[in-house]
Amino acid sequence: MINTIWIVLMAGGILVAGFQCLGLDYSSAEGLIMNPSFIPLTDLTKGLFNSAKASVNLAMGLIGIMALWLGLMKIAEESGLVKLFARAVRPVMVRLFPDVPPDHPAMGAMVMNIAANMLGLGNAATPLGLKAMQELQKLNKVKDTATNAMATFMALNTSSVTFIPATVIGIRAAANASNPAEIIGPVILATGVSTTVAIIAIKILQKLPKYQMPKVEGKEV
Amino acid sequence: MFQGVINGVSAIAIPLLILAIVGHGWYKKVKVYEVFTEGAKEGFNVAIRIIPFLVAILVAIGSFRASGALDLLTGLLSPLTSWIGMPGEVIPMALMRPLSGSGAIGIVSELINTYGPDSIPARMAAIMEGSTETTFYILAVYFGSVGVKKTRHALPAALLADLAGIIAAVVVTQMVFG
Repeated sequence: MINTIWIVLMAGGILVAGFQCLGLDYSSAEGLIMNPSFIPLTDLTKGLFNSAKASVNLAMGLIGIMALWLGLMKIAEESGLVKLFARAVRPVMVRLFPDVPPDHPAMGAMVMNIAANMLGLGNAATPLGLKAMQELQKLNKVKDTATNAMATFMALNTSSVTFIPATVIGIRAAANASNPAEIIGPVILATGVSTTVAIIAIKILQKLPKYQMPKVEGKEV
Repeated sequence: MFQGVINGVSAIAIPLLILAIVGHGWYKKVKVYEVFTEGAKEGFNVAIRIIPFLVAILVAIGSFRASGALDLLTGLLSPLTSWIGMPGEVIPMALMRPLSGSGAIGIVSELINTYGPDSIPARMAAIMEGSTETTFYILAVYFGSVGVKKTRHALPAALLADLAGIIAAVVVTQMVFG
């Protein structure tokens, strides 16, 4: 699926820009006029190079923040804080991730990531989420394929369980909205719907034959 | 008052969390400095490992946006979205949100500037921003960081959740502010 979407985005963009080079104008009084130019394509090329550069800047910016949160996470692990935290929400986590042992470090990292997302702490959520993926990968028997637990974790992450959408409240406050935080209630409602759909979708889809894990040494994993 | 509480929570959350972690570590006699640096070492590797996936995703999205293909799709979808009560101005937001975090923030800001922060399009986009996530970025980066290539049902489930979140944002906005 990702291959299809990728080619649609990439080739779709190039084809549309190519078409715009024809410079067709339907609105003029003398009927269809053509003003061919290469500007849409050269703009596109510039845009592509800028995106490529931006990705590296993004990753470089992440190094420091990753290091900070992974360092703090290590302290929280050694001191037993993560375990304490994970134990509190264990009943929910065990239902959502039946394949992950309740005391596995992956549980702790996932709990911390979800908590950070709820509070709208995007900077903290990403490093903790990446840490959770590394722990989940240790439980994975087929290294290039996503496990059920990984897919469930991703669905929870992308459906974004948010209680405080801090960024957007900030933007609204800056624009002098009459009540910048009034969207919190609606956001919790909408995010509740998307998270419920995410969990139902993941649990149904993982049963479809199309999405089964490959077999390892003749037995189901 | 309420807004003050929210702003307060946002301001305090991270410093408090850091204090709690190092405080608890110190209380439990963890060698906090050494353990911190031990964990922080990993940060570099993870950030470098995700670069190829970031480039692939961001360049494809850049192509779709910079070419005007996104605007074209917006035009095609407008009859469908007006049927569920989504104003045409919000369609780019619904399409951009799963693709690009900064792009979505840009659209929210633009709608707020054009129509005012308390208008329906601006409120709807703000609620969408809060209730959905940058699906493609998250999947690419998270799976990329551990070398998982076959993502199975993760993407279809995540896209279904996005669709549900976007529709819910439209319905809730119309109910509360419409």
